[in-house]
Amino acid sequence: MTTELLYALVGVGLFSLGLYALFVRANLLRKILAVNVMSSGVFLVLVALARRTGAVAPDPVPHAMVITGIVVAVSATAFALMLMLRIVQETGRAELPDTWSE
Amino acid sequence: MVCCRQTATRLASGTSRRGQRCEPDNQRCDATRDQDVDAQNLTQWIFDTLTGLGLLCLAWMALASSQLIKAIVLFVAFGLLMALTWVRLDAVDIALAEVAIGAGLTGALLLAALAKLTAVQTATSKAAHRSPKDRAARKLYRMPAALLLLVAAGLAYSVLSLPLNSRGLSIEVGANLDASGVGNPVTAVLLNFRGYDTLLEIFVLFLALLGVWSLGSLPPHRIEPAGPVLNTLVVVLAPLLILLAAYFLWAGAHGPGGAFQAGATLGAAGVLLQLAGWKPGPGFARLPWKLILLAGPALFILFALFTLVTGQHLLEYAPERAGILILLLETGATFSIGLTLAALFFGERPDDAEGR
Repeated sequence: MTTELLYALVGVGLFSLGLYALFVRANLLRKILAVNVMSSGVFLVLVALARRTGAVAPDPVPHAMVITGIVVAVSATAFALMLMLRIVQETGRAELPDTWSE
Repeated sequence: MVCCRQTATRLASGTSRRGQRCEPDNQRCDATRDQDVDAQNLTQWIFDTLTGLGLLCLAWMALASSQLIKAIVLFVAFGLLMALTWVRLDAVDIALAEVAIGAGLTGALLLAALAKLTAVQTATSKAAHRSPKDRAARKLYRMPAALLLLVAAGLAYSVLSLPLNSRGLSIEVGANLDASGVGNPVTAVLLNFRGYDTLLEIFVLFLALLGVWSLGSLPPHRIEPAGPVLNTLVVVLAPLLILLAAYFLWAGAHGPGGAFQAGATLGAAGVLLQLAGWKPGPGFARLPWKLILLAGPALFILFALFTLVTGQHLLEYAPERAGILILLLETGATFSIGLTLAALFFGERPDDAEGR
């Protein structure tokens, strides 16, 4: 097990944990946290696999993609949080209704 | 010793760059140096395993905790451990971005949202009601666990089936680095080779802010006046952060740093100022505010149009002018990113807030 594979597998684990929490938790703030954990998992896989270059410096292209991704993730999080606050303001609860008919 | 060495190399096979360099002239390697390398491999392996387990544990605890405030604090700790992991994976540029954005700004945004959430919930008269159907539905949630294990196993299998060695695009980047105008390969990719990614990303940031602004304003909630400790801290930290942002912007050309790290540091300064009770003044909130927000996107569009009109490819710079053009683009992007992040934390249109 190389370092790169170890961290890539941790990334897969983080993605799966986040996806599970996204399905299971009803609270919208927790769903936003879960999506953030998922994105961290994806970034970890990308950067870990970028390091399979042997003794030379890692591949910079995935690094650049992850930096872009981190900024996109924070702006999406800010927007999601504001949407959540508006939903709470309208409905009084930080959860989405279970059925569409409600 | 031999047995120990075999274990260590098996455990950390491939991790030891120093160990590999030692291999060709192995006869020269005396026993003590060998032992040093083994010890280093073992330490690295222990470090990696603990970091990996720590990441998974923190993520699980953050997602499973019953209190929201605890979940957010654990998530911030998770972000800091992620930053350590980036350093371990030789990605210092990402580590800087993660500390400033992933752990810092996201944490601040989440905590601010939690404070507003309680304010909004007390302001809305509608009582939170829980339908009995919820409980029945919750049992269904057991099913995704099995399904997700399959997904995780599939992903793990595809990661493991990848070749152990791959240079990716690092050879191409290295070959063209001289023509890019900067010495840091990550900055070269971000601003030159894949400049259109950054162009679109600046617009995603801008769109997120427009989205937040279009959602209208929330009921006003009382902000605690800053204590003397926070006030003193802000007086010291805000100028330091601005200086640090300028350093990141300049250093990004040849070392870790760049527009995103600089912008995030500026954004953090903005968040700190807001925490200490600063609000955009009426003069600032209109035209200057909007001009700075638009500086990054507008500069990028102008450059893109210019390169298209002069018959080059989109965002293609002549090698002799690339350095100064990138610095100019990065400066605009830094101001825009910083102000956008601070405005996202503020949460509503400055003109709306001014009306009260």
